[in-house]
Amino acid sequence: MLVLLLAIPILCAAACAVFPWRRALGWLGTAAAAAVLVLGVAVSVRVVNRPAMSGLAGILRADALSAFMVVVIGVIALLATWQSVRYLDNEIAEGRSTRRHASLYALLVQGFLAMMLLAVLAANLGVLWIAVEATTVVTTFLVGHRRTKTALEASWKYIVICSVGIALAFLGTVLVYLAALHAGGHGQNPLNWTTLVRESHRLNPGVMRLGFSLVILGYGTKVGLAPMHSWLPDAHSQAPAPVSALMSGVLLAVAFYAVLRFKVIADGALGPDFARTLLVVVGLLSLVVAASLLLTQHDYKRMLAYSSMEHMGLIALGAAAGTPLAIAAVLLHILGHGLAKGVLFLASGEVLLTEGTSEIERVPALLSRRPVLGGIFGFGLLALLGFPPFSLFVTELNMARAEFQVGLGWAAALSILCVAVIFAALMSHGRRLLLGRGGEEQRQPTARLVAIPLIGALAGCAFIGISAWPLATLLSAAARIVAL
Amino acid sequence: MTGFSYSSALEIAVSVVLLAAIVTLWRRSVRAIVRSLAVQGVALAAVAAVLGIHLRDPGLLVVAALVLGAKAVVIPYLLIRLVRIDPGSRETQPLVNVPASLVAAGALTFLAFVASRSVTAVVPSIAGRLIPVGLASMLVGFFALFTRRKAVSEIVGLMLVDNGVALVAFLATSGVPLLVELGASLDVLLGVVVLQVLAIQLRSRLGSFDLDQLKELHD
Repeated sequence: MLVLLLAIPILCAAACAVFPWRRALGWLGTAAAAAVLVLGVAVSVRVVNRPAMSGLAGILRADALSAFMVVVIGVIALLATWQSVRYLDNEIAEGRSTRRHASLYALLVQGFLAMMLLAVLAANLGVLWIAVEATTVVTTFLVGHRRTKTALEASWKYIVICSVGIALAFLGTVLVYLAALHAGGHGQNPLNWTTLVRESHRLNPGVMRLGFSLVILGYGTKVGLAPMHSWLPDAHSQAPAPVSALMSGVLLAVAFYAVLRFKVIADGALGPDFARTLLVVVGLLSLVVAASLLLTQHDYKRMLAYSSMEHMGLIALGAAAGTPLAIAAVLLHILGHGLAKGVLFLASGEVLLTEGTSEIERVPALLSRRPVLGGIFGFGLLALLGFPPFSLFVTELNMARAEFQVGLGWAAALSILCVAVIFAALMSHGRRLLLGRGGEEQRQPTARLVAIPLIGALAGCAFIGISAWPLATLLSAAARIVAL
Repeated sequence: MTGFSYSSALEIAVSVVLLAAIVTLWRRSVRAIVRSLAVQGVALAAVAAVLGIHLRDPGLLVVAALVLGAKAVVIPYLLIRLVRIDPGSRETQPLVNVPASLVAAGALTFLAFVASRSVTAVVPSIAGRLIPVGLASMLVGFFALFTRRKAVSEIVGLMLVDNGVALVAFLATSGVPLLVELGASLDVLLGVVVLQVLAIQLRSRLGSFDLDQLKELHD
């Protein structure tokens, strides 16, 4: 089953390599994403409160945490591949892209999905690293797909900064491996996560301290955590909207998943305080950077990108708390943020398509001119800001609660301060974008094909905020894997 | 191989890796910088080979051959082709002048020795003693990356970082498991190919490889 999960996007990518773009190819991609989601649910049912599954001679392994991440990837990929069809149709119609070039995009998106799936299904921390590094290689061309000067600038920055980060993560992985060898782990696979967790109390603390710090810094680069975040606003604002949705909605979370896996080992080797301190520092730093840059933002796609940084900072703080409640909230926050941010990026792609600019000032009164699209954008923004009933309200509340419980009240208080600043900034940008009076003649309807999945995703985000079913058992099983 | 010749062979190869990194700070010609990257690739392959012979590990010899092919031949070749495309980019214009860069390299080497004390304490072997040199060449790579503003020299900086990490991996753990090594090498190679294509696309937009022209995106 796990091999099948990886094979679906790879086969779909192969199809894109053979055929030039046609709409059927795009819908095939959407079908592949749907199949990933279905299989993700099936894997979740199989592993929840039961032993982990493994596949491909032990290279792949799925426990509740992996299964949850597969579901997240499936959901956002479904949205993004659906919208990709429209993006590519439009690029071809405008003459910006040939059918070959469009096929390349579809191929890379499927390759991107396959690598993210490999990352969350890898049993071995080395394979996890390979997969995360490969996502950088694959997404670089996706970021620069429009081939404008700014898009190329963004992809250059993206690959250079992320390659540096990922090299540091590799060094961190090597040091963890060294600690494992030194602890006598000469068994079959000293880099396997299960082996490392089992042996974690015997790992050399000095080596682990250096190794885990490098892992946080390295994978933190791909999560978009300060201080190595500078690629994020450029890449997320220049990439085509479906790619931004995937990068912001899931890629950051996949990189954070790597941090969570290493955190379990570091907690075993060093006690909870070391990882906690590091995560609090990078989390708060990211929140402060995001808050200060959101205040003066004038580009709505960059605004969304900095908001991703904010949410990654919040989940870093939640992970720092590390109680089962906190980890469950972190995971649900990853899903809620993925849905809300995915919807917002896809909606912003639609705005960019029709308005031709990503400057907030030049897109006034969206709500009166394009009620459906403006409404989706508005509700997405409310979801992102943590209004009930959307799930981000519950998860932010629970993360803060957990932080107070473990004595991180001061960090929680600071984070709430930053969130309040960001709240005000986003409300004011949102008001300028959405409200006001627009000319009646500029009124445009929104394609139903665009609106339906986005509305569905927002409804889903609200649903998981209200109802514990169907995720509660999966979340608590996954949280037990990571929690202290 | 006797103990003496093993340790001196390893020491020479490891020192060449660091020296090649420092030479990239010293030379201004992009071609010379790419050449010293190739020399570093050869030295890195030699480290893997010496370790492989000493430990009688055929896996490491395979890795050595891979490193030689990728880092001493293919990647430098791709970079030289980039230099040929744009004759205007033959000189680097470092943000920090050469003497200051060399002083910085000295400081970074010292820093590497201090930072890796906890690691060297764990690996008492001859190879373990040399870990700080690997870390130093990685830090020199960082410095090169942040102070050189031509597309080719940025890629070289990135490769220096990568080679430094690989050297630490060889010295500390005799290399990561073969499967991981293969995947990682493939990733690095593909990464350089992507960077090369991207650099060509950028040149067609900017007219040169000068990355100082890239400042449209900011807040």
